[in-house]
Amino acid sequence: MWSFSGISNSIHEWLSQTFNPTLTIIIEMVIAGVAVIGLFAGLGLVLVIMERKVSAWMQIRLGPNRVGPKGMFQSLADTLKLLVKEGLTPTGADKLLFNLAPFIAMIVAMLLMAPIAFAKDFQLWDLNIGVLYVSAISSMMVISILMAGWASNNKYSLMGAMRSGAQIVSYELSAGLSVLSIVVLTGSLRVSDIIQSQADGWWIFKGHIPAVIAFVTFIIAVTAETNRAPFDLAEAESELTAGFHTEYSGMKFALFFLAEYVNVFIVCAIGATLFLGGWMPFHIGHWAGFNHVMDYIPSSLWFFGKTFFLIFVIMWFRWTFPRLRIDQLLNLEWKYLLPISMVNLLLVTAMAILKWHF
Amino acid sequence: MFIVKYIKDVWNAVRSLLKGMRRTGYYFTHHKEIITQQYPDNKDTLHLPERFKGEVVMLHDENNEHLCTGCTACELACPNATIKIITKFDITPDGKKKKAIDKFVYHLELCTMCNLCIIACPTDAIKMAQTFEHSVFDRSELTKILNKPGSKIKEGVE
Repeated sequence: MWSFSGISNSIHEWLSQTFNPTLTIIIEMVIAGVAVIGLFAGLGLVLVIMERKVSAWMQIRLGPNRVGPKGMFQSLADTLKLLVKEGLTPTGADKLLFNLAPFIAMIVAMLLMAPIAFAKDFQLWDLNIGVLYVSAISSMMVISILMAGWASNNKYSLMGAMRSGAQIVSYELSAGLSVLSIVVLTGSLRVSDIIQSQADGWWIFKGHIPAVIAFVTFIIAVTAETNRAPFDLAEAESELTAGFHTEYSGMKFALFFLAEYVNVFIVCAIGATLFLGGWMPFHIGHWAGFNHVMDYIPSSLWFFGKTFFLIFVIMWFRWTFPRLRIDQLLNLEWKYLLPISMVNLLLVTAMAILKWHF
Repeated sequence: MFIVKYIKDVWNAVRSLLKGMRRTGYYFTHHKEIITQQYPDNKDTLHLPERFKGEVVMLHDENNEHLCTGCTACELACPNATIKIITKFDITPDGKKKKAIDKFVYHLELCTMCNLCIIACPTDAIKMAQTFEHSVFDRSELTKILNKPGSKIKEGVE
């Protein structure tokens, strides 16, 4: 199977021959940073137009269809509009925190990119606690939301931020527990190990029903964690105008918007890595011929295909379900998802000890 | 028994959510269901629903006769004084005086298209038309007189 390591190794060799080791590391970091920022911009454009088209078709509408072929450049036009808009800071706001919050949101999203394997041997940082790192960093997202809500000096913003805090803190639990069930099956927190363990079949198939339950709880929990409908209480436009970003405008608003979409991409990428095998092609047990044919499809296509499938599912949720009330939201987590995922984790552990999985 | 109810709740919730997703999934894959009208582009082939309410018009037949008796039921039914009926007295051939409408004044700028006047009308003299391009340069053009000049009430309508 072709991999990216050839190109990256030759670049690394050329850099280390030309420059001293420190400079090499710095240049490589800059390359990685530029690549991540480029990916962010691309993702923002693609996901916004995807969301608008998906929502339109689900609501029997046409969606954007004027800018470019079939409206595909609509998000470019939107970006241009947001760039030229004035980024207003309210007089009563805490200037420093108000202007810092969108950047914290972006930095958290960027940090989360590090352990994601986009293709075979195409990963920024394959650290040995990859999954733990992701759950630790993703819970920092709430800081930027609380900061924005508090600094805005606005009741709607503060209310949205507080709701968001309650929501993220509670849903971290069931997301963490369903991630743990895959860690139990794999026996490793390293992302590359988790992907390698799925070479003979993805965990969602190998793990029987408990893995499916873990997958469903994971999807529900990450939908809540990324503040998307039906759990978009932090924004809740019919109640709180726009929640924590009521006071934001122009590019600062766009950064929050972009961070939301990048977070959706990241959690879907994590879900695809844990349950659907990341870049691993679809393999069935020991069918050598079938597996060989599947290997011809590039690994990056597998990864992006699975990730975008999960993104589509989350968008499908958004445009189908009505928003939950705050008490219903917390009921769902504490009375249903948490007990279910705890029992499920017990089942998975028993399964892993007794070697019932394939 | 508590646990049975708990499981039943989860099951019913999942089932109803999946039902909703099936519906939106159907719409997502069936683009011919799209109901959007691309208005200025399809001006010639525009299809408006039967119950679309554009403005109030008075029906006139080929002899320039309408069905309005001037009973002011529509004027009383109107919640925001859109309709004003000015009556006059016609002299019938046998010398009697008969009440008839002089002007049926309709303020389109005040109308909310609530359809109450059409429901109130005992003789079905007025109805909602499907026209909707009402923009004008002067506000006074929106005050309309619905009965055509020289029109009179149809024979036999009381």
